[in-house]
Order: sequence, then structure tokens, then C-alpha cells
Amino acid sequence: MRKAMNDQNHFFTILIAEDDSDDKILVQSAFAELDLAYNLFSVQDGFELLNYLRKQGGFLDSTTAPRPDLILLDLNMPRMDGREALAEIKSDPALRSIPVVVISNSVVQEDILRTYDLGGAGFIIKPQTFEGMHEVVKVLNRYWFKVVQLAGGVRGKNGKGNGSAPIYSG
Amino acid sequence: MFNNAKPVTFLIAEDDPDDRLLIHEAFQESLVSNSIYFVEDGVELLDYLRHQDKYADPTVSPTPDLILLDLNMPRKDGREALAEIKSDHRLRYIPVVVLTTSKAEEDIMRSYDIGAASYITKPVTFDGLVEAIKGFKQYWVQIVCLPTQDANNEKSYE
Repeated sequence: MRKAMNDQNHFFTILIAEDDSDDKILVQSAFAELDLAYNLFSVQDGFELLNYLRKQGGFLDSTTAPRPDLILLDLNMPRMDGREALAEIKSDPALRSIPVVVISNSVVQEDILRTYDLGGAGFIIKPQTFEGMHEVVKVLNRYWFKVVQLAGGVRGKNGKGNGSAPIYSG
Repeated sequence: MFNNAKPVTFLIAEDDPDDRLLIHEAFQESLVSNSIYFVEDGVELLDYLRHQDKYADPTVSPTPDLILLDLNMPRKDGREALAEIKSDHRLRYIPVVVLTTSKAEEDIMRSYDIGAASYITKPVTFDGLVEAIKGFKQYWVQIVCLPTQDANNEKSYE
């Protein structure tokens, strides 16, 4: 049995910004296959994402909209796209420490370069199959929640394992 | 599993020779073959990235796809080097992953704040280090498209 590399054993909060409901379901079901519980939240576009992070609009309550440990960001979304949202997050001192991983259908070199230039913590080409997404989510889980140390005193930040089931919203 | 067609070049900034050796070995333990280059402090790191002095030849000192950065190093430490890299528009696109023994909340917070792509606390055992490097490589080599790679060189199932 592999030992956990650190003791980050609370419920991680992942926020998914994705306008396509099929893609969102694909990501959610891939996370549901993991043996760890997550708080998974979703927003539909960059505008909602910024509102969520800034606790504005319909996201005033930090129990139903807690600060995420990791953001998974689509690039092509209506109203405010992922490029703009990423730029805003990374230029906001209150938000910039949250890692943002882009998951996009785009294979445009400029999108990849720009993602890193703006401060993205990875660019993943969106897998089109469940198996592909499952593999991506497994690796995301292992890297971000077992190898990496996240910002903001994640360990114990929300209390450890409060027993609640993962919440799906949006 | 996804994989990249092109080998990935890592640049590792680490002042401790024992740690350099361990990291090198851990990379070799974890399947995928990649090119690894080492520098010993922040001054060397910036010289390397800017192709200065002994790093002038890009065939000998190629621009890395990713930097692994220790925080506590002599001359110029990792915090300063990270800040300099991320405020240089020619270098800022290169992802920097901090790999350090420090568990100080301030170091973690500050590293993300200045623009580190992630922060890894160096495991104390070699097995732990191998596991961490495996997870690191799965993410950065097999799943992620790095900025210097050709996106049209599509990732495919093995």
C-alpha cells in the first residue's frame, strides 16, 4: 500500500468552470469514481467564477460556496471566457494563490503559452472519452492532493472530514 | 495514459549535492526518460535562463520546459529567483514548481503568490521522494501540455 505523502486529509474543494453540461458531467463522474470524497462545485462561465470567488451575486454563503483548493477552468465560455477569468484571478491578490488548471478543447499554441504566461498551473487538452477523463482526474488527484502542498493552510482549514457527502451544485 | 511525444527538459535548482543526487536518482526510478539539468543557486538559475556566461550555448543549456526550485540556496535564494523569473516577460511562461524542505505556511503562501505553479515539500525518505517525483511526472509529462511543446503533437493513449 502506498503511503499518503502528506496528511492533507480533509475534504478538498474543487471548483469547475465549464459551460458545457456534458463535459461537466464527464468531469463530475470521473471524480465520483475516486476513492476519496470531494466537495465539487461548478460555475457556468468566467463571470460566475469571479462572482463565486468574490462571494458576490448568488455566492454570498461560504458554506454553499467555499473557497476552492483548485480551479479547473474551461477556456471557451460565454460572457467572460477562461482567458479573461484567469487574468483576473491572477491579478487579484486575494485570489492569485489558488492554482488554476486549464482543461480545454483548444489545441491552439497561443492558448497554451498564454495560460502559462498568465499564471496557469497546467494546460490539459480535454479528453473526449470517460476513460480518458478518468485517467486525467486520477493524475490530478494524485498530484494536487497527495504530492503538492496547497496554499492557505489547507490542512484543517475547513475542519477534517466533517462527514458530509460531496456536494454537487450548478 | 497520455504521454508527450517530445522529451521534456527539466531544470533543477538545488544547492545540496546530496539532494541533487537523490532527485536525479528519483527521476531515473520513474519510468519516462527526460533531460535533466542542474544549477546550484538562484544566480546560476537566472544566468542559465538568460543564456549568460557559461550557459551561452542553448544546445548545451537548453531552455527548460519546467523548473524545479529549491527555496533555501546561497547567493540568491529560490524566493528571489522565483520573483525575478515571474516578473521577466521572456521567462514567466516557464512553470516553476517549488521543491523544498520548508513547510512554513509563509513560504507556501508566498510561493503561490509570486507565481509558483505548485509547491512540493521534499519527502524525507528516498521512497517518498520517488513517489512524489512519479506523481509530479505523471501530471507534468503525461497529462499536461507544457508551454514549449507543440499542441498539435497530440497526446495519445499508450
